[in-house]
Amino acid sequence: MSERNGALVHIERVNKTFRRGAEEIHILSQLNLEVPQGEFLALMGPSGSGKTTLLNLIGGLDRPTSGSVRIGGDSIDQMSNRRLAAWRARHIGLVFQFYNLLPVLTAERNVELPLLLTGLSSAQRRRHVEAALSVVGLTHRAKHYPRTLSGGEQQRTGIARAIVTDPTLLLCDEPTGDLDRKSGDEILALLQALNREHGKTIIMVTHDPHASARATRTVYLDKGRLSSEKPE
Amino acid sequence: MRGLGLVLSNLKRRKLRTALTMLCIFVAFVLFGLLCALKEAFTAGVTVAGADRLIVRHKVSLIMLLPVTYGPRMEQVPGVSAAMHFTWFNGIYQNEPKNFFATMPVTPERFLDMYPEYVLPDDQKKVWMEKRAGAIVGRTLAERFNWKIGDRVPLTSPIWPHKSGGAWEFEIVGVYDGAMKGTDTSGFYFRYDYFDEGRAQGEGMVGWYGVRVNDPDHADAVARAIDAEFANSPYETKAEPEGAFAQGFVQQIGNVSTMLIAILSAVFFTILLVAGTTMAQAVRERTAEIGVLKAVGFGNGRVLGLVLAESLVMTAAGGMTGLGAAWLFTAQGSPVPAMLPVFYLPTDALIVGVGMVLALGFAAGLLPALSAMRLPVAVALRKHV
Repeated sequence: MSERNGALVHIERVNKTFRRGAEEIHILSQLNLEVPQGEFLALMGPSGSGKTTLLNLIGGLDRPTSGSVRIGGDSIDQMSNRRLAAWRARHIGLVFQFYNLLPVLTAERNVELPLLLTGLSSAQRRRHVEAALSVVGLTHRAKHYPRTLSGGEQQRTGIARAIVTDPTLLLCDEPTGDLDRKSGDEILALLQALNREHGKTIIMVTHDPHASARATRTVYLDKGRLSSEKPE
Repeated sequence: MRGLGLVLSNLKRRKLRTALTMLCIFVAFVLFGLLCALKEAFTAGVTVAGADRLIVRHKVSLIMLLPVTYGPRMEQVPGVSAAMHFTWFNGIYQNEPKNFFATMPVTPERFLDMYPEYVLPDDQKKVWMEKRAGAIVGRTLAERFNWKIGDRVPLTSPIWPHKSGGAWEFEIVGVYDGAMKGTDTSGFYFRYDYFDEGRAQGEGMVGWYGVRVNDPDHADAVARAIDAEFANSPYETKAEPEGAFAQGFVQQIGNVSTMLIAILSAVFFTILLVAGTTMAQAVRERTAEIGVLKAVGFGNGRVLGLVLAESLVMTAAGGMTGLGAAWLFTAQGSPVPAMLPVFYLPTDALIVGVGMVLALGFAAGLLPALSAMRLPVAVALRKHV
């Protein structure tokens, strides 16, 4: 999946502009970023700096106003909506700040969701779900609904859902933002293990320096531009 | 069927709202079924009317009588193969006004020959020809009063009192069935000779004629010829096809079809709003969840399908059970056999009902489904689950 130079994510001269009435708001300006395969990248920056927007562009959830977004050689900014949805299902795992579990489904059914888009049989899907829940240490809570799980357990369910299809890239948007320190540490340890032991490439948006310390590299986004140095 | 579990889980999210919406749809389709049965009850005569038969009545009104001698004269009119008279007897059983049913004196052999939709076993037919006080009754009427062959049945008639001053005495000699589903089997037919001999007044007069023509394509011309035959006589006639005659009866109530369509349109428009609002609310509440589905790879078409499937399952659960309940109710027979002897839910109405269930599900879910489909994933994810 990686490109010849080793970068899995290759972002070149990306601009993202939102329109609010007559006003144009520039979120990202001529932004360049490369993320090698196997890296655990922390993306930091103040509120409104465009971190989530950048994550959405990498995950194919949004499109750049201009510039190119290539993931593993696929120019996802050129894809049709239909192809992009199929690409996301195959290559992207998403972890959200507020877990975004479907409240009407049990933990195992939430984890199974991305597998409904595959050609796997029910038994095969069940095996994949069990494996993902086992990785996050939540097998014993498989039959529980989200409302009966703690915040940490819900986030671990969200991570199991993100890894159940064995995606190329894991995108985490403030994964510890809604958790206490202890639960947050457990989630960060889990992400670190996924990166180190399973070789997952992870891009994590965070405000928390404690969280970014777990990453192999940290970049800062401010006023639409990236730098490896923390802005003043 | 991979998404069916998700569809059912979503429907169970707000159980009370889903149940109330289904209940509304259920009631609407029960009403649809019952109104279709009612329409069939009013128009059964039109449905089973013979294309080769005319009804000839007094030109002024059906209640005015015609001479019995008109029958042979009608049979002389070119194009007529047979003529057969009827008289409204208005029989009442056990002097109880609610025990009222269609009672008519007829000429047995002609009656059975001209109206093959009344099916009477040969042995019973034979007995009817022999017994002057014999009467045949339809299956529905026999079951209503638990009559059996051989039973003696006294009837009174406010129109035609017996010359003895007492009741008319009949013996049940046959029970007929209908050849078609819409055939009225609530009638009571007895012999004209017995009637003419026993009535206190009006001998030689009858109510109206049923006339069979050789060629249904020339029925109108034959009707005009019959009217011409009796023009300028004391008993001028009005001849018309049996179907038009039955339709005229129905139209005395009003245009039944138009009334039913108006009622059902109002009901279904309301139900469409109810179901559509439920689906719109359901989708609005789940904006972030739709975002999650799209984020994990559900395409726009699949999201559209999920919402439409949810709408269809909801309307199908309410609508199909409503149609089933209406069918079960009508299968028990008419609740008022004296007024509506033919009462059933026709198969074509059931098929239309199923089509309406599907159309309702599709229409109620379409706009919410389109809005879910068009929802940009990044926008949807900004809402919290």
